[in-house]
Amino acid sequence: MTSLINVEAILDRLCDDLVVRIESAGVDIKQVGLIGIRTGGVWLADYIHKKLALPSPMGELDISFYRDDFTRIGLNPTVKPSSLPFETEDRHIVLIDDVIMSGRTIRAAMNEIFDYGRPASITLMALIDLGRRELPIQPDLVGEVMTLEKNQQVKLTGPDGLKVQLKAAP
Amino acid sequence: MSYPLHADEIQLNQNGQLRHFLTVEGLSKALLEEILDTADSFIEVGARSIKKVPLLRGKTVINLFFEPSTRTRTTFELAAQRLSADVLNLNISTSATSKGESLSDMLQNLEAMASDMFVVRHAQSGAPHFIAKSVCPGVAIINAGDGRHAHPTQAMLDMLTIRQHKGRVEGMVVAIVGDILHSRVARSQIRALLTLGAAEVRVIAPQTLLPFEPEALGVSVFHNMQAGLRDADVVIMLRLQKERMEGALLPSESEYFKLYGLDDQKLAYAKPDAIVMHPGPINRGVEIASEVADGPQSVILNQVTNGIAIRMAVMSMAMSGQIASAQNRS
Repeated sequence: MTSLINVEAILDRLCDDLVVRIESAGVDIKQVGLIGIRTGGVWLADYIHKKLALPSPMGELDISFYRDDFTRIGLNPTVKPSSLPFETEDRHIVLIDDVIMSGRTIRAAMNEIFDYGRPASITLMALIDLGRRELPIQPDLVGEVMTLEKNQQVKLTGPDGLKVQLKAAP
Repeated sequence: MSYPLHADEIQLNQNGQLRHFLTVEGLSKALLEEILDTADSFIEVGARSIKKVPLLRGKTVINLFFEPSTRTRTTFELAAQRLSADVLNLNISTSATSKGESLSDMLQNLEAMASDMFVVRHAQSGAPHFIAKSVCPGVAIINAGDGRHAHPTQAMLDMLTIRQHKGRVEGMVVAIVGDILHSRVARSQIRALLTLGAAEVRVIAPQTLLPFEPEALGVSVFHNMQAGLRDADVVIMLRLQKERMEGALLPSESEYFKLYGLDDQKLAYAKPDAIVMHPGPINRGVEIASEVADGPQSVILNQVTNGIAIRMAVMSMAMSGQIASAQNRS
């Protein structure tokens, strides 16, 4: 199973870019709160958390309760509790997802983060940007920009051996 | 009013999802576990600084309590509010039904106000079924206790509490003590415990507080606390309704406490790590001693907290099932 991109090499570069970005804003990288969006974003956040040896535990968000399409698709039966094991109030947050497309997942994630407290800032990182935005939300750090056909989708597999595969859209 | 206990054809949609929650009778183990898993996720919401998620934003939930209740109504109200729904509490004693309007007419009026969910408590067994089946297509009905029939959300919050403290329901020996005859809570608990694979469900009560042929419920019957509590993992005490004392079903409160009240001495028959539960409100010194109700094995207040999470789970799952049904119709 080959990967469409070298995920770990891209994450290493994103880690460097993240440190520069955060510290150029006058913030100590060790003080940020890292949050991954389930499922793929958590795998990526875990890699970055270890790579940067961040002292604070990382958070995990399941945005199922915040989806804006509940009235169309209903409740995700596999929803798991979110976990933010650090204070978010006045904290600089780094939010990580595997793929950004419409921007709706990020909107839901930001809504959820604000229910824990008002962060000082949120920096958004995505491994892959597919464009096709429906909301005015842009990532601050992007690993790879891709354009897919309508009948294609990408999927991150993991957590051991992170790989991105091209698949047929359902 | 007579409705089948198996309500799956009413409360499930064509995909097998919950669209009403009337009874645990007839629901699969997988669905009961899905309710518990979803409730687990909602527990965390109660620990946030803003204890709300937007799942039911814009939906209208009406609490229709034809019987008095404080704890159940309050936890349903909190659950709906934490899901961001608009909640109305209808005071039935001053409502139109006391002016002669029929239940059907009253509900149709409430439906016409674009309600999305009714939480119903009624003294008549089967009332929520009647409403779900014949009065309110498209509106989710949640049973908050009907007559002597069912109290499914109470049973599920009890299952959640057992799972939290014992790790699982499967394989547990559970003793339910007290007024089994009149208890809708006990009926729902027994059904949920058996579906979730409890090793043994025991009922402990005097003959006068047991239904005819109690073994038909799938339980072991005991009239003696020492035998019934032996090696139990979970002890569930039921509220003894004081009004029934006057019905010659029991000699006296003190006599009842002596034989069936849970104190430290009787609790020692159960396993050392057994948990003690009670659906509330508790009658101290009647069915349970204060030393036990407030003791280290008591999880009574955890039950109350879990009640909100279970009701959030059931309300959001029923609304989700209604949405799926409406999509399939269109």
